[in-house]
Amino acid sequence: MFSIYCPHCCEYREEEEFHAIGEAHIARPVDPDALTDAEWASYLYIRKNPRGLHHEQWVHAIGCRKFFNITRDTVSYEIKETYKIGEAPAFVA
Amino acid sequence: MFDKNLEKNTIAMMDLLPDASVNARAESPLAHLDQFHSHTNIDTDSISLQEKPFLGHLLLRGNADNTAFKDAIKKVLLCELPKTLACIYTNELSICWVSPDEWLILCEGDKAYKLEKKLREALVGHYSLCNISGGQTVLVLSGHHAHDVLMKSTSYDVADCSFPIGKAVTTTLAKSQAIICRKDKTTWELIVRRSFADYIWHYLHDASSEFK
Repeated sequence: MFSIYCPHCCEYREEEEFHAIGEAHIARPVDPDALTDAEWASYLYIRKNPRGLHHEQWVHAIGCRKFFNITRDTVSYEIKETYKIGEAPAFVA
Repeated sequence: MFDKNLEKNTIAMMDLLPDASVNARAESPLAHLDQFHSHTNIDTDSISLQEKPFLGHLLLRGNADNTAFKDAIKKVLLCELPKTLACIYTNELSICWVSPDEWLILCEGDKAYKLEKKLREALVGHYSLCNISGGQTVLVLSGHHAHDVLMKSTSYDVADCSFPIGKAVTTTLAKSQAIICRKDKTTWELIVRRSFADYIWHYLHDASSEFK
């Protein structure tokens, strides 16, 4: 059994209810028209691939269907924390 | 400028039930089961599986911290919206929490339109109300073995300590999903999608057979 804490349901749920979406905290450019192609490509495609702490966006797909963030260690796979979108992570690399 | 009347007038609403002049009948997603004698309802003291067809399902969304929203709901439904992972049963309604800004209201099928109208008249500002009666159905699993059937059907812990009476959880059920509400000690309501109703019915029928 592998359980993940959903910050919206406020309890641990089975991992099969969740989907990983990708890197968290990617801000949409304020003025996309002003970007160069390289900057736009970087926003769309370029992602971090850290060894260690990583902030990821997940969704409680078979549950409350809300998005939230997870801080996860990519070496040990340990989930350090889950927090709502808009909140600041307690664990930072 | 925000015009309350304009907003109300521009919402298209219709009674989804055909009136008597139309030669049409409602059909539950499990209507076809009657054709097969082997799929009669399971109904014993130890385990019972029944469908509650043709209920009105209204999906309400809004900000639970908004006082105007809360007051309007209380005025129409005569009760507060349930908190996280809870469901409420009144004489005429059942309301269950779906997500932090989303609730499912179940009522008699022929009262859904009236209730939707009353809610729309009372609610103002940013909210959403959608009649999804045709999209899902309710199965009732009851009896003192209902708990055993659920134990092998969902990964969620259905023990009394983690799933008390009055709790509502959206989770996996067999290879599909359901909103599972615990109505009383031995009665569980499963709200399932229409297209999965046949699969879940057959799955539960099979899973229940050892407890008959």
